[in-house]
Amino acid sequence: MHTERSEKAAACGTPLTSVWPSGHFDWQKDISGCGVFGVISRSRALIPGTVPVEAMRLMRDRGNGLGGGFAAYGIYPEFAHLYAFHLMCDDEDALERGARTLAEHFDIHHSEPVPTRKVARVGDAPLLRRFFVKPKEVRTRWAFASDDDYVVNAVMFINARVPGVFVASSGKNMGAFKGVGYPEDMAEFYRLDEYKAYIWTAHNRFPTNTPGWWGGAHPFCLLDTGIVHNGEISSYGINRRYLAEHGYECVLQTDTEVVAYLLDLLIRRHGLSREIAAQVFAPPLWEEIDAMPRERREHFTALRTVYGSAMLGGPFAILVSDGRGLMGLNDRMKLRPLVVGEHGDTVYMSSEESAIRRVCPDVTRVWTPRAGEPVMVDLDSPRPAAETL
Amino acid sequence: MTGVVQHAGKSGDMAAAGPEVRLDAEGLESRELNARVRRCLAEGAGAVDIRNICGHRYLADALDSPVDITLHGTPGQNLGAFMRGPRILVRGNAQDGVGNTMDDGEIRINGHAGDVLGYAMRGGRILIRGDVGYRVGIHMKAYADRLPIIVIGGKAGAFLGEYMAGGVIILLGLDTQYPAAPLAGRRLGTGMHGGRIFVRGQVPPELLGDGLLVDRADGEDLALIETQVRAWADAFGRDSDAALAVPFSRIRPASGRPYGNLYTGMD
Repeated sequence: MHTERSEKAAACGTPLTSVWPSGHFDWQKDISGCGVFGVISRSRALIPGTVPVEAMRLMRDRGNGLGGGFAAYGIYPEFAHLYAFHLMCDDEDALERGARTLAEHFDIHHSEPVPTRKVARVGDAPLLRRFFVKPKEVRTRWAFASDDDYVVNAVMFINARVPGVFVASSGKNMGAFKGVGYPEDMAEFYRLDEYKAYIWTAHNRFPTNTPGWWGGAHPFCLLDTGIVHNGEISSYGINRRYLAEHGYECVLQTDTEVVAYLLDLLIRRHGLSREIAAQVFAPPLWEEIDAMPRERREHFTALRTVYGSAMLGGPFAILVSDGRGLMGLNDRMKLRPLVVGEHGDTVYMSSEESAIRRVCPDVTRVWTPRAGEPVMVDLDSPRPAAETL
Repeated sequence: MTGVVQHAGKSGDMAAAGPEVRLDAEGLESRELNARVRRCLAEGAGAVDIRNICGHRYLADALDSPVDITLHGTPGQNLGAFMRGPRILVRGNAQDGVGNTMDDGEIRINGHAGDVLGYAMRGGRILIRGDVGYRVGIHMKAYADRLPIIVIGGKAGAFLGEYMAGGVIILLGLDTQYPAAPLAGRRLGTGMHGGRIFVRGQVPPELLGDGLLVDRADGEDLALIETQVRAWADAFGRDSDAALAVPFSRIRPASGRPYGNLYTGMD
């Protein structure tokens, strides 16, 4: 199952102690009881990083210090037309390999270390560097791919074939900041108090089956899409094989990785709406489909037939962010909590209501989405409907 | 000494008599706040009033004295778990796991509550002004004079009363922020093998789990419903006559041992 990773580790020559824990080949799956939080300003007002950090600090008990992370949108306006690659590298050699690989495939307009602070509770950090890049005009690989496909191919190539290097995020005007530690410690480490964004997502990890490692922290990002997840994707094996048929290689050893790639496949490549992608992830039960009027019955029958391998099994509450907006979704049995709050044109999504109230005491509407029904909030759009229980 | 309320019902004869203590939860973690509450009780407090509650977990868990606890804010998971005696008033909404395996006492929530409220509850009463989430009252049980009661003023998510073995759930559907939603989610009473669920008005049959009997509440149940609905209305300043003006449906298991034949029988 993890052959390519083992080969990659072997090719590196030295044990990968920082981002890659020992015994990873024993990993079967990831069961977790985590915390998620997201906030979006529909009018693109910039929200300071302290907002998601304080919300996560309140939900500290949902995690155990083995993973914390944030995704922020609107943070690189001066490079908004370029793909921002956040690389996590085991050591200087790995960083050199990563930089060389990027330079072979992209014009690098700017690169710099990801700014960090020394934090006592954050140890063994990989080398972190961000590159603002444009796909080369003349390409030696993937010559006929669109720019986005080209970037996806490059991310898969680096993660699977370049030893000691992992891509934390690869979208435009956004970035992922994640690692091993409590979210508030990661925020301190990554100096998130110095960032402002119009969409934030955040995650507090409680891995119960697998060791936490830097690349396995949430959010998982590909292009502009980021995902944070509380739960367990028990369909991981099916999803992973399905994705492999479409050119996605799952090498980050956390079940949530498949959701990021499924979103890319369903929405960007197959052109489905986010709402239909949500229906693929959490479809109605067959007994419910049988009771539907003909048109809806045919719609869901077709979706479950064509995209059965993209259905997500098991419990989940996920937040999906991209350049357009924020979506929250529960599994169809509602086995994980998700609460939505609204104040003016700011919308919050959280594992716990108290985290919303912590950062927005004057929240005007608080509601709970129904199992399997997505809550979608887009930038520059009207206020969302309060979905029913 | 202010705010001390005499306890009704089983705990009444051992009502708290100590002074009220006011606490501020701001900046306190759950463990520290709970430790302070316990210290107050050890020093003889009869009532505890706590401001700035926000996500604090495990409040009043396993407390066994008849103390009055008022919480201003949104308490965190497992409020009142395993507790036996306290009377809690939440001035705000509650999250998941309220009254987990609660044994006695009362929790009043002047707002809505989250999932798995009253899980495996085996005594005492929980009154919720508004809506509740999924899996409320699952695995409730009753024995001898122990009869757990949940009154939900609003609507409920799916799996209400799943695997219920005893006790009473009353669902009013009145004080809801989801006017378009059905009274409850699907699989209402799935696997139920004891206890009763009373629903104000009719129960849409598609919501029901298998193996249930539904009829109109009558006999002694009417007095029980009236007592509990009036308690709910009194707690939150609602009109009890209006709440009682509609007949209640009664949901009971068809069998006390629905799966008895599945593993050991001749089916």
